[in-house]
Amino acid sequence: MESAFPVLLVLIKTLLVIVAVLTFVAYLTLLERKVLGWIQVRIGPNRVGPWGLLQPLADGAKLLLKEEITVSAANTAVYIVAPLIVVVCALIPFGVIPFAKGLGLENVLGPVANRFDLNTGVVADINLGILYIFGISSLGVYGVILGGWASNSKYSLLGSIRAAAQMISYELGLSLSVIGVLMLAGSLSLVNIVEAQDSVWKWFVFRQPLGFILFLIAGSAEIARTPFDLMECENELVAGYQTEYSSMKFGLFYLGEYAHLLFLSSLMTTLFFGGWQGPILPPIFWFLGKTFFFVFVFVWIRGTYPRLRYDRVMQFGWKTLLPVGLLNVMATAFVYTLWLKYVG
Amino acid sequence: MLIPLLQGLKLTFSYLLKKKVTLQYPDEKWDVAPRWRGRHVLTRHASGKIKCVACMLCATVCPADCIYIEAAAEPDGRRYPGRYEIDLTRCIFCGYCVEACPKEAIEMSTAYEISEYSRGNLLYDKERLMEPPTPRYELKKKAG
Repeated sequence: MESAFPVLLVLIKTLLVIVAVLTFVAYLTLLERKVLGWIQVRIGPNRVGPWGLLQPLADGAKLLLKEEITVSAANTAVYIVAPLIVVVCALIPFGVIPFAKGLGLENVLGPVANRFDLNTGVVADINLGILYIFGISSLGVYGVILGGWASNSKYSLLGSIRAAAQMISYELGLSLSVIGVLMLAGSLSLVNIVEAQDSVWKWFVFRQPLGFILFLIAGSAEIARTPFDLMECENELVAGYQTEYSSMKFGLFYLGEYAHLLFLSSLMTTLFFGGWQGPILPPIFWFLGKTFFFVFVFVWIRGTYPRLRYDRVMQFGWKTLLPVGLLNVMATAFVYTLWLKYVG
Repeated sequence: MLIPLLQGLKLTFSYLLKKKVTLQYPDEKWDVAPRWRGRHVLTRHASGKIKCVACMLCATVCPADCIYIEAAAEPDGRRYPGRYEIDLTRCIFCGYCVEACPKEAIEMSTAYEISEYSRGNLLYDKERLMEPPTPRYELKKKAG
C-alpha cells in the first residue's frame, strides 16, 4: 500500500492533465470557429448555449452518434489503429510540458511529493524533454500515413504521401530552429529551458528571433495547419487521409489535430516566451494565457493565408528553411562562443 | 518577403474587429425593397368590395399560366371573380399580372416567407389572396 500510493497520485496527476487537455481541445474548435467567423465578418456559432459555449459538446455528441463505417476494401486492423496512433502521439508529449513551477503540494503530501515529482507543474521532467517531443511527434505521422494507406482510396493515399513528404521536409527545419535555444539554455529539459528565461529580456524570442520565426513556420507545417495543410487539402484531395473515416474515428483524427495545435502553442510558449513565468498572477494563468495567444495566432494565420502549392512547400522546406536553420545554428554558436570568451 | 505577409495579417485583424454583417435570419428579418415582388394581394375598394372585374387580362398575360379565374356578375351587372386562384408552385413572380391589370386590383406584397409543408397550401384562393400577408414587413430602407 505504501508503494502503491504515489503511483496512484502520479496517475491522478496524469489523468488531470489529460482531462484538461481534452477540454481545452474541445473548446479550441469553438475558438477557431469564432475567430474565423469574426475574420470573415461573421458571428460564428452562437446557437447552442449562450455564446455557442455548448457547441463543442453538441459536436462531440453528433460525432459519437454518426454511423461507423469501415470501408470494405480497407485493411481493417490498420484502419482502426491509425486514428489511435494520431491521438496518442498528440497527447503524450503534453507530459513534458511544464505548466507551472510548483503546485504547493509539499506540505500536503510530505516527502513523497518530492520523490515522485508530484510537486512540479509537469507530469515528467525528463532531461531529454525536447528529444522526446520530437521523437513522439515524428511517430504521429505514422497514424496519418497508415490511415491513408489502409483506407484503400486514392485521395487518402495521396494525402498520406503528401503528409510523409511534408513531415520529412519540415521536421528538420523544426529541429534546427530549436537547437539555438538548446545551446543558449544549455539543457534539453523543458523545465530548465523555462528557468533560463527568468526575465522578459531573457526570453528566447528576443535572443533567437530568427529561430522563433523558423519555429513558427516549421511548426505550422508540422501540425498541418492552413498554409501547409496539403495533406487534407479539401479541394484537391477531398480531405486527404481522413476521406474514408467517419464517426468517432474521424473525431479522433480531429482531436489529434487540435491537440497538436494546442501542443505546439504550449511548446512555443515554453521555448520562446518564458513558459509559466510572469508577474503577479499565478504561473498557470501565464502559461495558459501565452498558449492561447499562440493558438489565436495560428487561427489568425489560417484566416489570412491561402494554401501553398505542393511543390512550393517542398521547395520552401528544403531550399529556404533548412539552410536558414543551419545558418541560425552556426551564427548562434559563433556569437555565443565569442560572448562567453570576451563578455560573460 | 515578410512585409506583405504581415500586411495580410493586419488586414484580417482589422476585419476581426469590424461590426459583423451576419443577419440571424429567423430572429432578424431582411428589409426588402419597396417594389419587392412577393406574394400577390387582391385589393379592395374603400367600401370593402373587391376591385377585380374578372377581365382575365392577368390570366392571359401570365407566362406560367398559374392564374385561374371564374367570372361572376352581381345583380346590377357588375362583374367580379367568383373564383380567383393563384398556384404559387407555378408562379414565377414576374409581376406581369400587376402590370396588365387595368383596375390596380392585383398587387404584389413584400411577403417572402411563403413556404408551406404541403403543396395544396400554395394554391391560394380568393379569400386568402384578399388578406394582406402576415406578418407585414415594414420597410425601413429605400431601395433603388
